Amino acid sequence: MSLIHFEQVGQSFGDRTVLHDVNLTLTEHRIGIVGANGSGKSTLVRMINGLVTPTSGAVTVDGQNVARHAREVRRKVGFIFTNPDNQIVMPTVQEDVAFTLRRRGLSAAEIAERTAAALEQFGLSEHAEHPAHRLSGGQKQLLALAAVLVAEPATIVADEPTTLLDARNARRISELLQTLPQQIIVVTHHLHLVEEFDRVIVIEEGAVVADGAPAESLAAYRALLQ
Amino acid sequence: MTDTVRPITRSRSILPARDLAQIAIFAALIAALGLAGPLNIGPVPITLQSLGVMFAGAILGPRKGTLAVLLFLVLTAVGLPLLAGARGGIGVFTVSPAAGYLYGWLLGAFITGYLTARLLPKYPFWLALGATILGGIVAVYLVGIPVMALNLGLPLWTTLGLNVAFIPGDLIKVVLTVLVAGQVHKAYPGLIARPLGRQHP
Amino acid sequence: MIGLYSPGTSLIHRAPTLFKLLLLSLCVLLIGTSSDPRIVGGAAAGVVLLFLIARVPPRAAVAQIAPILLILLVAVPIQGLLSGWTVAALMAGRLIVAVALAALFTMTTTVTAVLEAFQTLLRPFNRFIDADRVGLLVALTIRCIPLVSDIVREVLEARTARGTQGSLLSIAVPVVVRSLYAADALGEALIARGLDD
Repeated sequence: MSLIHFEQVGQSFGDRTVLHDVNLTLTEHRIGIVGANGSGKSTLVRMINGLVTPTSGAVTVDGQNVARHAREVRRKVGFIFTNPDNQIVMPTVQEDVAFTLRRRGLSAAEIAERTAAALEQFGLSEHAEHPAHRLSGGQKQLLALAAVLVAEPATIVADEPTTLLDARNARRISELLQTLPQQIIVVTHHLHLVEEFDRVIVIEEGAVVADGAPAESLAAYRALLQ
Repeated sequence: MTDTVRPITRSRSILPARDLAQIAIFAALIAALGLAGPLNIGPVPITLQSLGVMFAGAILGPRKGTLAVLLFLVLTAVGLPLLAGARGGIGVFTVSPAAGYLYGWLLGAFITGYLTARLLPKYPFWLALGATILGGIVAVYLVGIPVMALNLGLPLWTTLGLNVAFIPGDLIKVVLTVLVAGQVHKAYPGLIARPLGRQHP
Repeated sequence: MIGLYSPGTSLIHRAPTLFKLLLLSLCVLLIGTSSDPRIVGGAAAGVVLLFLIARVPPRAAVAQIAPILLILLVAVPIQGLLSGWTVAALMAGRLIVAVALAALFTMTTTVTAVLEAFQTLLRPFNRFIDADRVGLLVALTIRCIPLVSDIVREVLEARTARGTQGSLLSIAVPVVVRSLYAADALGEALIARGLDD
């Protein structure tokens, strides 16, 4: 579990302001972030592992400024993207999981062992040697999860992890995310995914407009949609 | 496509992750175009692979474009059948009559990229056309023809004569490359770093 | 990715890659500079013997050598007329032998083994080129080929669905733009997964 802190965070691309004056302290186990398309929520969560550096203010993870300690922070924070196809970087399933473990001073045997364990956990063992692009959409997202969890991060950030999946695979991935022991921060349009979470934050036009227990936050969000 | 957030923090390496990804994607594009087989425009068969090489220079610029072509060639050399007609292996780089064209692609991508970088951001059509002909045709033939003459033991002019048939197809590819690059650079600025000393506001 | 490799357990399959590569270069050099019909003839016999030892499928072997024959079909008559039929025959023989040898190397060596050999050859130049990064880039590109092929296929399908033939431009622009977006997303994933850490 990490302590993630946003202090007066602002972000603009050119003359377009995406986020302004965001102050947040995230310590809960399961946190949902909801908001309309273009509300700035994707940018917000990308700041947690340094994929985007805020133009003003600072984001810290366990007291470390992400902009200065991106490497240390990324070892603690794993990231799941919307499109599983774009996060597969190696030709075969097994190589893709092993990619995460490079440059960590592990022996080849250790890497093989941990890779096999991660594949086993997500039911991908029989596909270990298969080309990753032949997996189904749901399996690809499982592979992405395996490739992140093999590094044993304390926190997982997921940006709309179920948006591109069919209903059955979306449910499977949501169930998996709900049961992970890691701290998890999920951006989603599938509101039921975060109904049981510890905290839900609503982002609207680059600012936090509701923040609290899921029932209240989601009610506020639904009111916004009217 | 979901909304991707473009500005990425620069990494410490000489080639940032985004450049690396663009190089790999364009090397893959050259391969994919070769696997797609030739396209017929009227009587002229167009092999799309060399189109991919022109794209690499005109869209990614001299550094990334040349590296993309080099990477594609490495993949071919290690034995992947990625050259049009499912050819590959080290033979195509050494003793094959067409070996020179592969090195010509490298020079061609570099020259196209180098000149394109100087034509941006305006990218005037006729100058771009000239630049792409120079890189995509002249440079490629400049290396390709002598190597073919050498490997076949034929005189230079005879070899050139054997290759004239490919020039109309190449010209079509050049025009297409300039039109595509023009649209892409407008929709997606900043792909090619401007040469030093010519920074625009 | 198996590529042009044709699996087997022959002596040639098992020989160390760098040794095969060295031998190949020497033979090609020797044959290429020789104008003695006996050397070229002997080399041709040697190559046939090597193919028999390696027992690669004849069809695969022919597929690699056939394109050269097509070119020779044009080049040999020209050369015969220009500089005599002996010279033409010698040139054709040298070329076929060299191409066949190179094809044999490729067919008996796995992609991984060739890549490792290349990386070994790059080690002395570590100051200029990071051999591991080259290997990584090659693997990344192999992964990208189906990704880009899917983009090409989807753009072509979208065109068919609209029922318009459309110009080449209307295919090429979306292919390139979508490829660039895929590269952006892939770049982000590489950073998130610790490429440079």
